[in-house]
Amino acid sequence: MPTSINHLAPPTGGIADNIAGFARALRAAGLPVGPGAVIDAMTALEVIDIGKRADVFTTLESIFVKRHEHALIFSQAFDLFFRPAEEWKSMLDSVPLPDHAKKKPPPASRRVQEAMSQPQTHEEPKAQEQDLRLAVSDREVLQKKDFAQMSAAEIAEVARAIAKMRLPQAELKTRRHTADPRGRRIDMRKTLRQALRTEGEIINFHRLGRIEKPAPIVALLDISGSMSEYTRLFLHFLHAITDARKRVSVFLFGTRLTNVTRALRQRDPDEALASCSANVEDWAGGTRIATSLQTFNKQWARRVLGQGAIVLLISDGLEREADSKLAFEMDRLHRSCRRLIWLNPLLRYSGFEAKAQGIKTMLPHVDEFRPVHNLTSIETLISALSSPLPPHQRSAIRPAA
Amino acid sequence: MSAPALPASVDAMLELLSSRGYLAERSLATVTYLSLRMGRPLFLEGEAGVGKTEIAKVLSAALGRKLIRLQCYEGLDVASAVYEWNSAAQMIAIRLAEAGGEVDRDQLTSDIFADRYLIKRPLLQALEPDVAGAPVLLIDELDRADEAFEAYLLEILSDFQVTIPEFGTVKAPHPPIVIITSNRTREIHDALKRRCLYHWVDYPSAERELAIVKTRLPGISQRLSQQIVRFVQALRDQDFYKSPGVAETLDWATALTELDARSLNAEVVGDTLGALLKYQDDIARMQGDALQKAIKDATNET
Repeated sequence: MPTSINHLAPPTGGIADNIAGFARALRAAGLPVGPGAVIDAMTALEVIDIGKRADVFTTLESIFVKRHEHALIFSQAFDLFFRPAEEWKSMLDSVPLPDHAKKKPPPASRRVQEAMSQPQTHEEPKAQEQDLRLAVSDREVLQKKDFAQMSAAEIAEVARAIAKMRLPQAELKTRRHTADPRGRRIDMRKTLRQALRTEGEIINFHRLGRIEKPAPIVALLDISGSMSEYTRLFLHFLHAITDARKRVSVFLFGTRLTNVTRALRQRDPDEALASCSANVEDWAGGTRIATSLQTFNKQWARRVLGQGAIVLLISDGLEREADSKLAFEMDRLHRSCRRLIWLNPLLRYSGFEAKAQGIKTMLPHVDEFRPVHNLTSIETLISALSSPLPPHQRSAIRPAA
Repeated sequence: MSAPALPASVDAMLELLSSRGYLAERSLATVTYLSLRMGRPLFLEGEAGVGKTEIAKVLSAALGRKLIRLQCYEGLDVASAVYEWNSAAQMIAIRLAEAGGEVDRDQLTSDIFADRYLIKRPLLQALEPDVAGAPVLLIDELDRADEAFEAYLLEILSDFQVTIPEFGTVKAPHPPIVIITSNRTREIHDALKRRCLYHWVDYPSAERELAIVKTRLPGISQRLSQQIVRFVQALRDQDFYKSPGVAETLDWATALTELDARSLNAEVVGDTLGALLKYQDDIARMQGDALQKAIKDATNET
């Protein structure tokens, strides 16, 4: 049955229709508005004076908006939707509203196509042994090969290898407890309940131990032009660790900073990467490390670095405007996290020297300086990430090969 | 004595709050009123020091309800948020029962898991009936607690009941007035926000802040309070790591009146800047010419 409620039509007289239509308009604008919220809104409007526009605005806002970032979209939608009917006509002509019919196909369809077009028959089982050996040596080559020199098929192979890597958990001790026979605290509640079965005789003490959690990881990935060969693979790597660990936040920066954590949470790597790039406006453009770090420090550091996070800064450090601002922001970042690890693909060159001004400015503020350009270096990184954390202190900077 | 009735309109809400010295923006009064009428928790987010916690205190005072405060921290668990059994007393009870001979196991069980051995923590207290009406439950700085605790809150906030395995289910006869605050040091899960009315508490406008200063510090001179508010509002426009909130404005105004300042000048502002700015970098930026200029702008009578 076609519904009469349409967010592309001017509001009718009925409150219920108006609210439902408005909710649809918000949904079309990208706000997560569920049917429960519409019912709430109806209930709420019954108890306030709907003659006052400001009160209606606040009421609907408190129900439909659940994140501060959505407040602006809401207020624009409110102004557009609740306006005199005669203005609707001219507005509809001027404002392009989202057209769902023209939506591009989801990223998985390309893979489906590829899968369908492949020959169905898998023959040659005779040469299996030889194939296997070949595959192994191929893999060895792949381990050392620079990401920048790989073909598309090899990149796909590496992405698969990265997806298989698992970071060991258990690093930080939290203040919460769980049953643990070797724990330090006695679980009196459980012990007593057990004692009741034996007429109050305590036979053994049940114990509690601290729950251990992995330290949160915050990755800041440079997506400027000079990093473009590496970006996609790093995203694969970050997607793999986002999938495996709970507290991972990922930010991309070029000339501006974008939080892509939510996009990377999607299970399917292709879909996650596609929605990542849909969020970013400055892909493969210039770099403004200092400005991006400043945005991060000001808007996000307090929100994501709170629980002793490890920061992975993935960048080549090629910043032209290397001045005191960059040093200042690096220093602040360094002071607000547990460990700051700088991953730099330029380190692959054996004769690498920190000549660029940006690199010189940033180096004194990092705890570790590591190369990342092939699978082996990523594997080393993972083992470094899972090793026990050092106490919060400045360690010697290692310009490893 | 009967408790004051709930306000019947947004205007009545504004009046109720201002009668206790809380000068709220109309939008904040609207959501507070809605949360009372709809029996929904109110989720307040915003920078530190804009008066999120204060509103719970004011509400409880104005409505004559008990204020129950749960300060969140990392590692907050059921034992310190909801309830705990008084194990030592239970142990003694078991020993006594034994000493008296003849232990009936079932009787013993129901005896030692009785109400009197239950230590009630804030969330359980908030569900108990109160003669003055349901209490105001303030869950402060929820962003500091970890996710596991949030999930636990979901059940309490939607059904207003707690299940204690040995004891049974405790259900609130009247749902408490719940105010949750967050400073956004971490994102709160959408599932929890969905059950609440959400409101972003912003810094007040200059006029409102001036009114707040005058209400809280009745002795302050008109001239000084105007200069203070103009100075603070100008600071908020700048790109500081931590902008001063209303709480800082009040601290600073108190500091200045204690020092008998009549008007802002470089010396007295320099000495008391720590009441407003809490980061060394921010204070360092606010020295010399920048400070002179800000004082000049604030004291320039128009």
